[in-house]
Amino acid sequence: MEITGVSPLRKQSRGERRLGKNVVILGGGTGGTMVANHVARTMRDEIKRGEVTLTQITDTDKHIYQPSFLFVSINHARVEDYTRKQKSILSSGVNLVVDPATKIDAGSNSITLASGKAISYDILVIATGAYPDFNSAPGLAETADNFYTPEGAEKLRDKLINFEGGKIVITIDVPHKCPVAPLELIFMLDELYREKGIRDKVDLMYTYPIGRLHSLEPVANWAAPEFEARGINSEVFFNVESIDPAKKVVNTLEGSEVPFDILISIPAHKGAQVIIDSGLGDEGGFIPTDRHSLKAESHSNIYVLGDATNLPISKAGSTAHYEADVVAENVIAELRGLTPSHTYDGKVFCFVEAGLDKATYVSFSYAKPPAPTPATEMIHWFKLAFNEMYWLSAKGVL
Amino acid sequence: MADVHVDKSVDARGSYCPGPLMELIKTVKTAEVGQVVEVLSSDQGSAKDIPEWVKKVGHGLLYNEKAQDGDYWRIAVKKAK
Repeated sequence: MEITGVSPLRKQSRGERRLGKNVVILGGGTGGTMVANHVARTMRDEIKRGEVTLTQITDTDKHIYQPSFLFVSINHARVEDYTRKQKSILSSGVNLVVDPATKIDAGSNSITLASGKAISYDILVIATGAYPDFNSAPGLAETADNFYTPEGAEKLRDKLINFEGGKIVITIDVPHKCPVAPLELIFMLDELYREKGIRDKVDLMYTYPIGRLHSLEPVANWAAPEFEARGINSEVFFNVESIDPAKKVVNTLEGSEVPFDILISIPAHKGAQVIIDSGLGDEGGFIPTDRHSLKAESHSNIYVLGDATNLPISKAGSTAHYEADVVAENVIAELRGLTPSHTYDGKVFCFVEAGLDKATYVSFSYAKPPAPTPATEMIHWFKLAFNEMYWLSAKGVL
Repeated sequence: MADVHVDKSVDARGSYCPGPLMELIKTVKTAEVGQVVEVLSSDQGSAKDIPEWVKKVGHGLLYNEKAQDGDYWRIAVKKAK
């Protein structure tokens, strides 16, 4: 096995020149990229002097803006328009290694890559994300459509835009990322089929695991009269147990049997395979994380952010964004020998599309509940503008 | 409550989204039949909506009470199937 990036601090002997510290960021999504760019920009002088080495490990050389999948599924966006080369959004101070991580050895501070190489670290930032598990219920993989992967969104787009009538059912399992996206999609479908003039031939049915339309009670209270006004059907306390592909029926833990023509499923998500294989996660592969410091509970030199944590908060890009500021500042403090004093307060901010031309938003934290405002056209346009501005956020500018 | 052996505990205090019931459902799904899952919730609504889901699915509600050491609720569920 080839060893690269061996920590000079741990290997140095008496009289040897003191060399740099290795910071490794595992994951090239929103959270990992924001941390990498934030640290690189702030510590550009230390990086130039070789006192700090910043390495980002990813399993792909591409960076995809995942919220675009919602718009792709109704043919209002193309995946390629929201895809960039990872290198193009990284600060020059970050070494990009495109080589999937297969094992994290937190005892020896080393990461093994698919190529067989190993990279060691002094500080590790884990931002490995969450992934829909299409095997989480019998019948799901072969029957359901989704808009949580680029391939899924494009396949669903072709079905939705050619749909001429029948029943579309949306099911949601836990945990999953982007908690408002299913609600946004049902509103978009309502307006899409009104525009096509076939809304009377389309039965839209939205389901939700708990006893209201969304986990955020104010959002549920806002959505309920909208559903009634638009003729969107719903069933709550709806947890998928299995799907019968032949009969095209979804069965629930609560005893319901619901037929469908198109089943759009948001399956339960799992943590990254490398987290599961390394024994760092819980049953779902999510890493036990301190809710304020964002350090892994069992390792003081590992930070965790974004969808990879086990925190009881939304798995969303904005969560990763707010957490990235905390993690980056604390990593910088540690590298400079200071106390890492920044703490995460649970802040989340999500736009909520309420159709094709208006939107609202929710903002909340551990201590502050959300209070959505009425949907407006202005917020919708701000959301569309943010879709383009995202790249500035990833670069750590916005 | 003192006699109940808790197999898994979920601290969902301060969780608005996905919220305590969603956290509980997630944890119950991965638990073994017969295991006890306890959820801590700072949302008063949990005292009502968690028992409602537990009854609907057919699990067992072992306790549902306000904690003596803070402004939150402790609710324990035994997975029945």
